[in-house]
Amino acid sequence: VDEEIRAVLAAHGRLAVDVASLGDDDDLYELGLSSYASVRVMLALEERFQVEFPSEMLRRRTFSSLGAIREALFVLTGASKP
Amino acid sequence: VSSDGLEEERAGFRDALLGARILLASDAKGVYLRSATFEAVVAGIDRLVSEAASEEVDDRLYLPLVVARSLLERSGFLASFPDLVGAIWGFLAGEASFAELLAALDSQGDWTSQLEATELALCPAGCHPLYPALRGVLHKERRVEAFGQAFRHEPSNDLARMLTFRQHEVVYVGSPQGAVAHRDGWVARAKSLLGGLGLDTEPVVASDPFFGRLGALLASQQEDEALKIELVANLAPRVAPMALASVNCHRDHFGRAFGIVRANDEPAHSACVGFGVERIALALFAAHGLEPRAWPGSVRERLGL
Repeated sequence: VDEEIRAVLAAHGRLAVDVASLGDDDDLYELGLSSYASVRVMLALEERFQVEFPSEMLRRRTFSSLGAIREALFVLTGASKP
Repeated sequence: VSSDGLEEERAGFRDALLGARILLASDAKGVYLRSATFEAVVAGIDRLVSEAASEEVDDRLYLPLVVARSLLERSGFLASFPDLVGAIWGFLAGEASFAELLAALDSQGDWTSQLEATELALCPAGCHPLYPALRGVLHKERRVEAFGQAFRHEPSNDLARMLTFRQHEVVYVGSPQGAVAHRDGWVARAKSLLGGLGLDTEPVVASDPFFGRLGALLASQQEDEALKIELVANLAPRVAPMALASVNCHRDHFGRAFGIVRANDEPAHSACVGFGVERIALALFAAHGLEPRAWPGSVRERLGL
């Protein structure tokens, strides 16, 4: 899952750093994730994981770090944590 | 008071303004003819804003209501608020299609199918035409007073949502710190200016009405970063709480979109304060009554009435 999230961030996040070096809790907004980039990331995650983010998850913090995105995807896909 | 009661009170305020011919309804919902009485109040508000801005601004510009259609694309307005946009269409086909246009008119048919999109659109936010005009390298920070005009397509009988309205703005373009300081300084100055007119307002962290499901994410981000602060007057029950001014920090959004760069090659940051002069006038009529001659002396004096 992490690798797929990294791939989405690399393609759509326009971050100032190499996504391979991202830590779990690194703040993506501080690393250059813009509002519009976060929308593109969200759409790409929905397509890749075949999920739909409900309105209560459409918050800044949902996309604030690699770990936060993984948590959200676990909730949406109903998968258990590794 | 029941919500029906509030609705009635608000409709009553609109009827009272129309009855006193302070505003006159037109055939288009949300579009009004304005009396000299209304405009004298607006002129007074404009003068007060100009006075408050006079020490800091280095330029004063009067901005157009019509803009290049491409401005909507580059500013991001179309992607964020497609439902509010007004694009201008015209009859471009020439004489060959003229007969069809006339035939459609004669039969009371759909003549709009003869129209095509032009390169023009209505300006969606007061200060937007300013940014393309600032393209290039900024050798020092700029503070520009701008008389902006805006159109947003949201027809209603709510007087606070006129389809065209004016935004008297003070725009800052320069450094990130300067933009934040501009926002923070103007929250207090705008509150004080409005307070001097007997209008009590509260600063409220707000978001723009971004469109749809994706818009919810953008609005959440705008609120988390307190990028938009509105000065909201509560004039219940005659009018619903409404924002009379808003202070916005754009970060480097317009600097990037319109190629405004600082001497250090970084995109410029910007911020603006916008006074909704029609709304402030409405709030004055709601707070002090329909007859400006009877308003408190200090308010009349400040407005030059």
